[in-house]
Amino acid sequence: MLATLIIVFREVLEAGLIIGIVLAATEGVSHRGRWIAGGIAGGVSGAALLAAFAGALSNAFSGSGQELFNAAILLIAVAMLGVHITWMASHGRQMAQDMKAMGRAVVAGDRSLTAMALVVTMAVLREGSEVVLFLFGIATSTHEGAAAMLMGGAAGVLAGAAVSWLLYRGLVAIPMKHLFKVTNAMIALLAAGMAGQAAAILAGTGMLPTLGDELWDTSAILRDDSIVGRALHALIGYSDRPPGIQVLAFLITLAALALLSKMAGQAPRVSHRQPAPATHAR
Amino acid sequence: MARGILFIAALSLVGGGAAADTVELSLKGHKFTPSDITVPANQKFQIKVTNGDEAPAEFESHDLKVEKIVVPGGTITVTAGPLKPGTYQFVDDYHPDDAKGTVTAKE
Repeated sequence: MLATLIIVFREVLEAGLIIGIVLAATEGVSHRGRWIAGGIAGGVSGAALLAAFAGALSNAFSGSGQELFNAAILLIAVAMLGVHITWMASHGRQMAQDMKAMGRAVVAGDRSLTAMALVVTMAVLREGSEVVLFLFGIATSTHEGAAAMLMGGAAGVLAGAAVSWLLYRGLVAIPMKHLFKVTNAMIALLAAGMAGQAAAILAGTGMLPTLGDELWDTSAILRDDSIVGRALHALIGYSDRPPGIQVLAFLITLAALALLSKMAGQAPRVSHRQPAPATHAR
Repeated sequence: MARGILFIAALSLVGGGAAADTVELSLKGHKFTPSDITVPANQKFQIKVTNGDEAPAEFESHDLKVEKIVVPGGTITVTAGPLKPGTYQFVDDYHPDDAKGTVTAKE
């Protein structure tokens, strides 16, 4: 049971961390709970569907179907995180002000919410199909103790959800005027890390050049299959022995997002920028 | 044209990817056969995994940077390397205590 718990937890951890960041980044946006729950539900159904067709996917594209699919999922998530960052750059300051003014009340942000719900779907889909297949394997085995193992699996999912919640609570403890700066930085790193992973996957199939098979080797310091390594892998795309293309894709994405955010922040828009604060009467 | 062919020939020499060695593994009763394999160091190679069990497996190696699901009765191929001389671990991530093995890269 414990073994099952650990296996499932490791798979769920990555999606859990991403959901935690998404929750913090959408703090105060109205109806976001519904959207994010929808994103999770979409991911879980997609994962079940994907697990059912795992064999077919595996054989697709001359055996590279799984890799192409994973890379595509990652790149869609990168694009959606880009949409969110752009949206935040043009509305974020106002949003933080509105939130201070209204408490944590209604702040609209439909476009960003759609993007973030999709990010959640992609994260759950990617890790979820592996969990579904694993649990399916247990459920169909005649193995004694299958019930206990499934319980372990459920506990693993709950533990992953707990990580999500803890990260979210930790982040929203940050004072409101800094919160979105922090979540934006985390989202940019997340997106860059995902782009790097996608590039590494594509390089693994030979579709992209590796540009150096191993740019560095930090496996003696932090292995990426340790729990901390896995968490960093999820958050910033950490790899203990990355190919050059992974680092290049990371840097290009980070630079592109910074540029996009700057351009969106400068774009003329209707704003209700508040006048300079008047000196309070004493 | 001739130059083009020469160029491609040169590339395949440098890459060494065209004629990658393939090592075949099978999974049965959540054990890899063979479980310990040896490959030449500093060149790419492929590992072909066939799952003879009723349960899905996930061939995974952080050392080799590969991760791929193998459905029951299915076969997958992953490309790994070039490796520095040394020993590298792999597992079926769904049965990591039973199904594990090593790749040893030798010069």
